[in-house]
Amino acid sequence: MEYAIEVSGLSKAYGGRRAVDGLSFCVPRGTVFGLLGANGAGKSTTIDCMLGTKRMDAGRVRILGMDPVRERRALFERVGVQFQEGDYPKDILVGELCEETACLYRRAKNWRALLEQFGIGGREKQRVQSLSGGERQRLFIVLALIPGPQAVILDELTTGLDARARRDVWSRLGALKAQGMTLLLTSHFMDEVEALCDEICILKRGVPVFRGTVEEAKARCGCARFEDAYLMLSDEREGRG
Amino acid sequence: MKRFLILLKNEGRLSLRDMNMPIFALAMPLIILTVLGMLYGRAEAAPGAPYTFLERSFGAVCAVSMCAGGLMGLPMVVSDYRERKILKRFRVTPMSPALLLAVEVAMYMLYCAASLALCAVAAVCFWGVRLPGHPAAFLGAWLLTMVSTLSIGMLVGGVAKDSRQAGVIASILYFPMLVFSGTTLPLEVMPEAMRAVMRVFPLTQGIELMKRTFVGMQAPDALLPVAVMLMVTAVCSGLSVRFFRWE
Repeated sequence: MEYAIEVSGLSKAYGGRRAVDGLSFCVPRGTVFGLLGANGAGKSTTIDCMLGTKRMDAGRVRILGMDPVRERRALFERVGVQFQEGDYPKDILVGELCEETACLYRRAKNWRALLEQFGIGGREKQRVQSLSGGERQRLFIVLALIPGPQAVILDELTTGLDARARRDVWSRLGALKAQGMTLLLTSHFMDEVEALCDEICILKRGVPVFRGTVEEAKARCGCARFEDAYLMLSDEREGRG
Repeated sequence: MKRFLILLKNEGRLSLRDMNMPIFALAMPLIILTVLGMLYGRAEAAPGAPYTFLERSFGAVCAVSMCAGGLMGLPMVVSDYRERKILKRFRVTPMSPALLLAVEVAMYMLYCAASLALCAVAAVCFWGVRLPGHPAAFLGAWLLTMVSTLSIGMLVGGVAKDSRQAGVIASILYFPMLVFSGTTLPLEVMPEAMRAVMRVFPLTQGIELMKRTFVGMQAPDALLPVAVMLMVTAVCSGLSVRFFRWE
């Protein structure tokens, strides 16, 4: 099987308002795919529909060749997810949250080593709510990696992280990609997208307006910087003109 | 099994940290028992009755922790997890609704068992309570009442839209059952009209059965309450897994 993630014709509307309209893309195994767009462009809705946490109106999704709704438990044995607003029981400790997550998987990774790798080792006895925003973000990336996944889906990967921590996360994810892991991420940081993504898709009001590599986006817009190209492609103001 | 035990251990710790259940499921039954003990002591239930008032009320006291766990604790915890999107995160793991609900039920069963043990020790030591009835039958009635009460909680927790809705349903179930089903106020001290109304509460059936088996009264119609409770358990737990809402 060539593609880790296949999405075709995904559409979702909320009370008549289209959130995502006819989105299709494929992510080859061992590559990083970036789903970009302004707030409200439909990134989180796309991820929710892909994972089966929201019901799509039309379309077909296969992750590792499996249907995320009908084969939920088998699929999420091998796919890690980090949601934009990850939540956790009040008063739970870092170690408890990791242990509780790890026990759900048949082949869980050593979570202590993962905490260490992401720079939050030795915090097992601390309450999750007492971590800083950046530490908590890294904890939720660790939770997504505990299953030793073949694919991970990361919504707003490094929001809240400082520059150093972001670089560390990038290099960790780069290493996992080199081992054959597939990543799908959303991000508002274009330097991150440039550093990580093999291919991107830019959404604008639920419709894909660009699909290709970062270099292709720059060439298409005649911009030297990717961020300029991204803004040109995604900016809502032009669309309304 | 290992994952069940890890989840149970964690949920138990979180619940103890929260303090609600230690108060409502462990302290409250003891307080009620103490009040009854101070009021009635070793007095017999009725002139010439072969058992004391407290012996007759013991089954009802046992139901207090079942109410606290099944009608308050369990639905509130599960719906809180839903509202805080914790269930959404579980949904993208191999977690199943049945496993999650089983862990919660097991935790509240432990609370009920701990409460039973605490109350039994206090009742025996301070007010000389004996079990004149049938211990095995009493334990069976206790188990059945507990499981059926918790299954109601599973259903409310499993399908309530949010914790506010669960809270409303929980209060509607909890307070009338706690006050009127004979859990806190013994059925025997209430006027006949009231007793008739109270018999429609499912918990009343369980409490009656626990009382009768505890003091060893003849129970010619035990079949009905047993059947009712078994059915409630099967229907509620089945529906809660089938129509479980992650979000």
